[in-house]
Amino acid sequence: MTSFWPQIRTVGVTGMLVSFADALSEPSNRAALAFRARIERESWDGVIETSSTLASAFIRFDPLVLSHAVLRTRLEGLLAQEDWFQAAPPEGRRFWRIPAVFGGDLAPQLNEAAQAAGMSAQDAIASLSGARVRVITLGFAAGQPYLGELPEAWNLPRQTALTSQVPEGALVVAIRQFVLFATTAPTGWRHVAQTAFRSFRPDDAEPFALRAGDEVQFEPVTREAFEAIRARDSSGNGGAVRERIA
Amino acid sequence: MTSLAVHSIGPSVTIQDRGRVGFVASGLSQGGAVDMRALAEGAALLGQSADLAVLEMAGFGGTFVADDDIRIALTGAVMQASLDGAPLHWNASHAVPRGAELRIGSAASGGYGYLHVGGGIDAPLVMGARSAHLNSQIGARLLDGAVLPIGADPGTAVNQRLEGAVRDVGGAIRLVRSFQTNLFAPDELHRFEQTVFHRDMRGNRMGVRLIPDGAGFQAEGGLTVLSEVIMTGDIQMTGDGAPFVLLSEAQTTGGYPRIGTVLPCDLPKLIQARPDVALRFTFIDIDAAVAAERADRAAMAALGTQISPMLRDPGDVSDLLSYQLISGVARGDEEL
Repeated sequence: MTSFWPQIRTVGVTGMLVSFADALSEPSNRAALAFRARIERESWDGVIETSSTLASAFIRFDPLVLSHAVLRTRLEGLLAQEDWFQAAPPEGRRFWRIPAVFGGDLAPQLNEAAQAAGMSAQDAIASLSGARVRVITLGFAAGQPYLGELPEAWNLPRQTALTSQVPEGALVVAIRQFVLFATTAPTGWRHVAQTAFRSFRPDDAEPFALRAGDEVQFEPVTREAFEAIRARDSSGNGGAVRERIA
Repeated sequence: MTSLAVHSIGPSVTIQDRGRVGFVASGLSQGGAVDMRALAEGAALLGQSADLAVLEMAGFGGTFVADDDIRIALTGAVMQASLDGAPLHWNASHAVPRGAELRIGSAASGGYGYLHVGGGIDAPLVMGARSAHLNSQIGARLLDGAVLPIGADPGTAVNQRLEGAVRDVGGAIRLVRSFQTNLFAPDELHRFEQTVFHRDMRGNRMGVRLIPDGAGFQAEGGLTVLSEVIMTGDIQMTGDGAPFVLLSEAQTTGGYPRIGTVLPCDLPKLIQARPDVALRFTFIDIDAAVAAERADRAAMAALGTQISPMLRDPGDVSDLLSYQLISGVARGDEEL
């Protein structure tokens, strides 16, 4: 880590970004999550909303209420208070176990992805389902999680050609991350498993199932078990079990 | 409850308000009207809250009939509009009697027009707002045959006109440097400020493309920047080097390099520019930008001073007569 990071930069007229790195890494994502949680606790007048991305905390604010100079000074003060790369994860996180069918008709690129990772299909399923991954950030579509980091073997490049469409609930893999699709969309990542989990539920009291910092594991189930879950589930959880992380 | 029936509708008309604030952390952008200034203008014309929902009409409106007397205001991109065949002024408020046919045609500029109704469109609240967010499958484009509930309208003023609201002539657009501006070489930034742009007609609620007179613009790091937060008004450079200005329904994060961010108060002028008028960009510093926002907010709060009664000229008499014959009564509070 060089002294260049962390760095405070403006985002347009009404945003400020505190970046901990220019690449995704476990410590920089942890720092971003923890620092954003800290800003939320401060509840400064003039802050409209905050978020965390792969390696940054973002503050959207009204510069007529909270000036750029004052906000920057306050952020510098918080940054100096502790080593954010070592910060404890924010509280209120949850651990989700989400049933998933790996491979087969529902997830046709498992074999291809396994081959690219240099393992058998069985070993690939064991590796992917054994990984307890964290929601690094939500984006691209409402409620859609980026999850990581997966073991080094999964540092796969994106496909050169897009898959024209994967369905909602698709679990895709590339660059040591999963994306769990919140909507039907094209992708350059490989479709290795299918869930019945809905990440975005606009008509629910809790429209976004997952939060940045939550942890997730995908539990292999048979096609029959999956179809049974899909038939009876109306909650959008797709058979997932969640518990609080103490 | 009063309702507005949609007899026919243009290809991209949606219910909009100020959108949903507070969900960027969950990947949902604010959304809401692409031209937020139009919301304030319609609210000033009708003497009501700018939080009420309106119809946003991209390029083309539709045909509407209300089942009770209503008031409307028309703002944003100027569109052909008529009431039972009599032309209606844009940037103005009007009485629309029960059963009269309100027809809103195309915008010569191709921009976004807005139809406001007294009391607002009482569409269901989803996550605290009534606006459609097409990219997130919240709400949808209106279809022929839709019936829109209208809220109670305590107001009475009509035939008011707002001066100085036309903003389709292009000109200088101010922007500030943002966290990726230094990915572009100084020469490239200088050329960006010297270049004339035209608005591409193929825009949508996520963003609008600009066509440079000359070569496109490239960041030094190429296209391999870390995906990072997006602000409305960001100008990203996609593969072909043409700037793409991100609007209310943009994704919350993106990986294309961004050269700067348009001031919120200059965005309406950019998105409503006619395709044939020149747009130029000027970087200003953050203090000047905040001062400009402050001045703009004061101007929005004082919109009422730009509103005056519409005076009908003698050429409008036939219009006036037809209106009275159809409605049967004059409301009495009109400035005729």
